[in-house]
Amino acid sequence: MHMILNSPWIIPALPLLSFIIVGLFIRPLSPKIAAVVATLSVGCSFLLSLTLAWLFFTGPNPSQLSIPWSFEWLRFQPGLNIQMGFLLDPISAMMLVVVTSVSFLVHLYSMGYMHDDPGYGRFFTYLNLFTFSMLGLVISPNIFQMYVFWELVGVSSFLLIGFYYEKPSAVAASKKAFIVTRFADLGFLVGILLLGFLGYQVQQKLGSSDSLIAGLQSLDFQFLTHPTVLSELSNTGFLAIALVLIYIGAAGKSAMFPLHIWLPDAMEGPTPVSALIHAATMVVAGVYLVARMFPAFSTAPSALEVVSWIGLFTSAFAAIIACTQDDIKRVLAFSTLSQLGYMMFSLGVANLEHPLGYTASMFHLFTHAFFKALLFLGAGAVIHAVHTNDVWDMGGLRKKMPITHATFLIAVLAIAGVWPLAGFFSKDEILTAALEGGHYVHFIGGLAVAGLTAFYMARIYFLTFWGKGRTKATDHAHEAPFVMLLPLLILSVLSISAGWIPFAQYIHPLVQSAQEHSGHHGLNWTVVLSGSSMAAIGLLMSWFLYAQNDFNRVNNWISNFQGLYQVIKKKFYFDEIYLFITHKIIFRLIAGPIAWFDRHAVDGSVNLTGDAVQKSSSIITLIQTGQLQTYGVWFVLGTAVTLIFFWMTLL
Amino acid sequence: MLISWVLVSLLLFSLGIYGVLTRRSAVGLLISVELMLNAAALNLVVFNRFLFASRMDGQILTIFVIALAAAEVLIGMAILVMLFRRKKSVDVTQLSQLKH
Repeated sequence: MHMILNSPWIIPALPLLSFIIVGLFIRPLSPKIAAVVATLSVGCSFLLSLTLAWLFFTGPNPSQLSIPWSFEWLRFQPGLNIQMGFLLDPISAMMLVVVTSVSFLVHLYSMGYMHDDPGYGRFFTYLNLFTFSMLGLVISPNIFQMYVFWELVGVSSFLLIGFYYEKPSAVAASKKAFIVTRFADLGFLVGILLLGFLGYQVQQKLGSSDSLIAGLQSLDFQFLTHPTVLSELSNTGFLAIALVLIYIGAAGKSAMFPLHIWLPDAMEGPTPVSALIHAATMVVAGVYLVARMFPAFSTAPSALEVVSWIGLFTSAFAAIIACTQDDIKRVLAFSTLSQLGYMMFSLGVANLEHPLGYTASMFHLFTHAFFKALLFLGAGAVIHAVHTNDVWDMGGLRKKMPITHATFLIAVLAIAGVWPLAGFFSKDEILTAALEGGHYVHFIGGLAVAGLTAFYMARIYFLTFWGKGRTKATDHAHEAPFVMLLPLLILSVLSISAGWIPFAQYIHPLVQSAQEHSGHHGLNWTVVLSGSSMAAIGLLMSWFLYAQNDFNRVNNWISNFQGLYQVIKKKFYFDEIYLFITHKIIFRLIAGPIAWFDRHAVDGSVNLTGDAVQKSSSIITLIQTGQLQTYGVWFVLGTAVTLIFFWMTLL
Repeated sequence: MLISWVLVSLLLFSLGIYGVLTRRSAVGLLISVELMLNAAALNLVVFNRFLFASRMDGQILTIFVIALAAAEVLIGMAILVMLFRRKKSVDVTQLSQLKH
C-alpha cells in the first residue's frame, strides 16, 4: 500500500512504457493485442491513482502539499535548478483520478468504437502517449515541467485530431489546433521567463533569512505560491503582467475567447478523442494551471479580474452559439467551451479569503469530466449507429438504442443542473460563490448560461432520440456493443453520484498560514431555486420547440429572427474574421512584402555574388585552351619568373 | 672547364624546352623531353667530376636517370600509340580536351 506513496512515478510511467512497447513492437504485429495492452496499462494506472488518492485523502493531513518523488533534471545554479517530480496535493490527486478514470473508460470504449479502423493500433499508441503527458502535467511540481508536458499534450492532441489524415478537413483542424495553442503558449513561455527572473531575484533576497524558501527553486509552485514570496513579487509591479501572460497560455489550452476557434474544429478527430482530450482532460489543463497558481492570482486581483471576465464572456458566447449548431459533436464542443468558461469565472470570483469559487471550480471540473465524457461517448455511440453527425438526420433513436438513450439523458440532466445529479451541485456552488462574493453580474450571467445550457442540451437530446427517424440511416440503427456500453454505464453512475462528494472538505487552496476554511457549505436557497428554475425553463423551452412532431414553431422563430440566427449559426463569423486577419491582412500586407523582400533582395544579393564570381571566372577560363604547349609556355614562364624572383631576393 | 660543360648542358636543356614548346609531333615532344633529361644527367656527372672527384654519387644517380628516362619514354610511347589509334594523328595541336 505504501509502495505507491513512495514511488508514485509508476502512475505516469505505465502509460509511457506501454506507449513505447505498444508503439514499437506490438502494434505492427497485432493491433488487437496492442489495444488490450494499452487499455490494461491505463487500467493499472487508474487503480494505482485511486489507491493513491484514497491514501492521500484519508491520510493524517490531507491538505498538505508534498513532493514524494523528484530528481534534478537541469542544473543551472542554486535557486535556478529544475526538478522533475511528483507533486501531491488535493487538486493533483483529484486530477490523477479524473485523468486515469476517463482515459481508461475511453480506451475501453475505443476498443469497440474504432473496431474496423485501419489505424486501430496507432490510435491506442497515441492515446497512451496522451495519457502519459496529461499525467505528467498534473503532477508537475514546477511550472517548467508543466510547460514541457503542456507541449506534449498539445502534440498528442495534434496527432489525434489529425488521426484521419486522409481527410483534408482533419488535417486543417489539427494544424489549426496546434497553431492556435502554440501561439498562446508563447505568452505562457514569456510569463514563465518573467516569473522565473523575478522569482530568482526574490529567492536570492529572501533565501538567506528563510530556510524554507532557501530550499526551493524559483520556478517551483511551492515557491511561487508562498505568501512571503508573493508579497515580494507584487512589490516588483510585474506580477500581474506575468500572470496574465501565463493566463494566455491557459486560455489557449482551455479555448477561452478569443482563442476558442480551435476547439470546435478539433471535433474532426475520432469521438473518443473528443471525449478524452477535448472535453474531460486536456482542455481543463488551463483551469488547472490557474488553480495551481491560484494564490498568486489572488495576490494580483487585476489578473484575476481578467480571468473572471473572459471566463464569463466565453461561457455566455459559446452557450449562445451552441443553441444553433446542427452537428452533435459541435454542440458538445461549444458546450465544453461554455463549461470551461464557467470554471474559469468561478476561479475568478474567488480569492484566498473566500475560496469557495476555487473549490467550486475544481468541483465543476471533476463532475464535468464525467458527464461531458458521457455525452461525447453517447454521441459517439449514436454516430457509430447512424454514420452522421447532423442531428437533423437522426431522430427516434430512443427505441432503437435504449441504453445509450438512458445514459445520454442522465448526462443531459446532469449538465443542465437537475437535482440530484452531479452538475446540480457543482453549478450551484459556482453560483453561490459568485453571489456571496458580491459578483452579481457573474451570478446573473451564470444563471443565464445555466438556462441556455439546459436548452441546447435538451435540444440535441430531443432531436436525436425523440420523434420519428428523419433519414434511412436511423432505420438500421442498433445498440452499440457491450464494450462501448460499459463505459457509458460506469460514467452515468459517476454523473449521478459525483455531486454527493463533500468536496469542500478536501479541496481548497493551500495556504501556509493558519488553515481556516468554511467547511461544508449548506445550500443557498436563492441559488438553488433560481438555478433550478433556469434549468427547468431551458428544458421546457426545448421541449416546447423540439419535442414536437413537426418543427413549425422552430421554423417560425428562425424566420422571425433570420438575421440574428444566421450570425449566431456562423459562430459570429469569428472563423471568417480570423481568416480575414490572417490571409488578407497578415499574409498580404506583412508576410507578402517580407516574402518579396526575401525573394528579391536577400536571395538577389546572394545570387548576385554567385553570378559575379561565375562571370569573372568564365573570363579567367579563357586562358585554359586545352593546348598542351600553351600550358608548357605558362609553366616555363612561371618557372622563369620564380627563378628570377629567387635570384633577386638572394642578391 | 666546369663552366663550359655547364654551358653545354644549358644549351641542351634550352633546346629541349624549345622543342617541347614548338614541336607539333608528339614524337618530337618526347625526344625533346629526352634532351632535357640528358642535360640534367650531364650536369650531375659534371658536378660530380669537378667538385667531388673522390665520390661516385652523381654518376650513380645518372644511371638512375637513364633507367628512368627509358621507362618514361616507354610510357610516353604507349600513350602515343593509343592516341594514334583513336585520332589517327600524333599532332599535339589537334588535342584540346585538357581544359575546364
